[in-house]
Amino acid sequence: MLKQIEGSKAVAEAVALCRPEVICAYPISPQTHIVEALGEMVKSERLAPCEYINVESEFAAMSVSIGASAAGARAYTATASQGLLFMTEAVYNAAGLGLPIVMTVANRAIGAPINIWNDHSDSLSQRDSGWMQLFAENNQEAVDLHIQAFRLAEELSMPIMVCMDGYILTHAFERVDIPSQEEVDAYLPSFEPRQVLDPSEPISIGAMVGPEAFMEVKYLAHAKQMQAIERIPQLASEFRSAFGRESGGLVRTYRMEDAETVIVAMGSVIGTIKDVVDEMRDEGHRIGVLTIVSYRPFPLEQVRGALQHCKRFLVLEKSLAVGMGGIVATDVRMAVTGAGLRGYTAIAGLGGRPIFKAQLHQLFSQAEKDELPQVTFLDLDWEAVNRQQERERQTRRSGPVAENILHDKGIVSAKFG
Amino acid sequence: MFQVRVHGRGGQGVVTAAEMLSIAAFEEGRHAQAFPSFGSERTGAPVVAFCRISDREIRSREPIVEADAVIIQDPTLLHQVAVFAGLKPEGYVLLNSQHRLEELGLEEFADVHGKGRFFSLPATEIGIRHIGRPIPNIPLLAGFAALSGIIRLESVIGAINARFKGQVASGNVSAAKEAYDLVKEASCSSR
Repeated sequence: MLKQIEGSKAVAEAVALCRPEVICAYPISPQTHIVEALGEMVKSERLAPCEYINVESEFAAMSVSIGASAAGARAYTATASQGLLFMTEAVYNAAGLGLPIVMTVANRAIGAPINIWNDHSDSLSQRDSGWMQLFAENNQEAVDLHIQAFRLAEELSMPIMVCMDGYILTHAFERVDIPSQEEVDAYLPSFEPRQVLDPSEPISIGAMVGPEAFMEVKYLAHAKQMQAIERIPQLASEFRSAFGRESGGLVRTYRMEDAETVIVAMGSVIGTIKDVVDEMRDEGHRIGVLTIVSYRPFPLEQVRGALQHCKRFLVLEKSLAVGMGGIVATDVRMAVTGAGLRGYTAIAGLGGRPIFKAQLHQLFSQAEKDELPQVTFLDLDWEAVNRQQERERQTRRSGPVAENILHDKGIVSAKFG
Repeated sequence: MFQVRVHGRGGQGVVTAAEMLSIAAFEEGRHAQAFPSFGSERTGAPVVAFCRISDREIRSREPIVEADAVIIQDPTLLHQVAVFAGLKPEGYVLLNSQHRLEELGLEEFADVHGKGRFFSLPATEIGIRHIGRPIPNIPLLAGFAALSGIIRLESVIGAINARFKGQVASGNVSAAKEAYDLVKEASCSSR
């Protein structure tokens, strides 16, 4: 049913349709509206017999999710930013134990400086945790990915993060087709756990594993994700047959016919990029878009396949590997090793910095002319940066960087819009 | 694509206004995208929210730079925020004030936008009368419908009933009707 609905509410509806049995989450912006809506549904008994368990922290939220999943319940949680970092130890445990928890990450920057706005630093910091990570382009895809995620997670017995841009998607009202319970039930079978804590057949989960077996357990987690490379497109294709729309998959291409320059990105910025690419195509530019939906597992072959006929690619990412450059770009460059392509990285939108079409036009045109350095910081205020660096050269006690920059820019408190 | 920016202060229902505008457009079968200027909202702090309306899928996520209409929920923002930034020459402006534009010194600016495109509306007073609270967002939305013709009053009422129940809904509906009639009347006489 078509609804004009907030992204968070739409995701809560999608999760509800997946018949979760235990929801345990600790509220943090910009994830809050999702778990509030689910909390209300549990309270009204719409999700009966689902339990919503209140906890004191994200660490507890993930720990309870682990317990619930190990007891054979379909478990769901959601978090963002510092909340994800706070639960990190348990995040690794959920994957290491092979428990198919589905978690929404309402992507948000990581401090310091403290910042509640969107970028991809939080979930990308859990790149190697063993969780799969799927990125939504819009709220329709956020809804659809949750339905696919429960199926994939439970089939493989591995956890998945469904990543959606905080505020940009979670707080946006747009048209979303919310499927019916019958449609979801037909696509998503009930959870048949591979391992379950059952008092009548006691087992232990979470053994201490020494050097003699640790590598095998870890390899098997890797093998599961390699299996997901096969399954993700199949599940997306089944989804298309059942629900009548394209959602998910490993990668998606847009206007790639004869493209010489390809923009690679993940998440909601793809929409803005597509608009810019349409405008540039109208002007005769040979430019296309490669969307990475599945960041983990990373579809090396599919990325290579999509890029191999272009001349150059530009990875535009909302994340920064400090001391290195791009995080996503590293993987993309690995995918095209030896293909002889020119590759560029643009770091954009950190901490919620808006990304404007006019900026992208300019950036893409520079990429086409091979006028970009290896790494570009889109919309960076060089004057502010140079001023601080000069201050540090002049004065030993130059003071806190964030406060200095805010002062230089004449900002008394965080500004937005 | 029609792009609307709503300026106001935390507590005035700025974000709700943009969301309800999107619901009203959706009720007319159009695509709409509403989103707030993302921030830690505090009562009284300047807030801006955006709404795009189109007959095609809306993909761009950039904040609205070139506005077809600006709704200003608090006239004190005129001195604080560049509310008219990027407003198209033929753009619409609806300002919450019980004063006429000439009393606010905005007549010349309003003339630039052409007659019938820039109005002030005593939305706070209408809100107080009908719902007992100084919330100007719904009267302004209905006023915007009358001013621009982009959405119909019935769709605004539909959005009100989708969002509110009981007395809050009926109070808002009557506030919307009064505001719509006021702007309609004023815009007819100015043309």
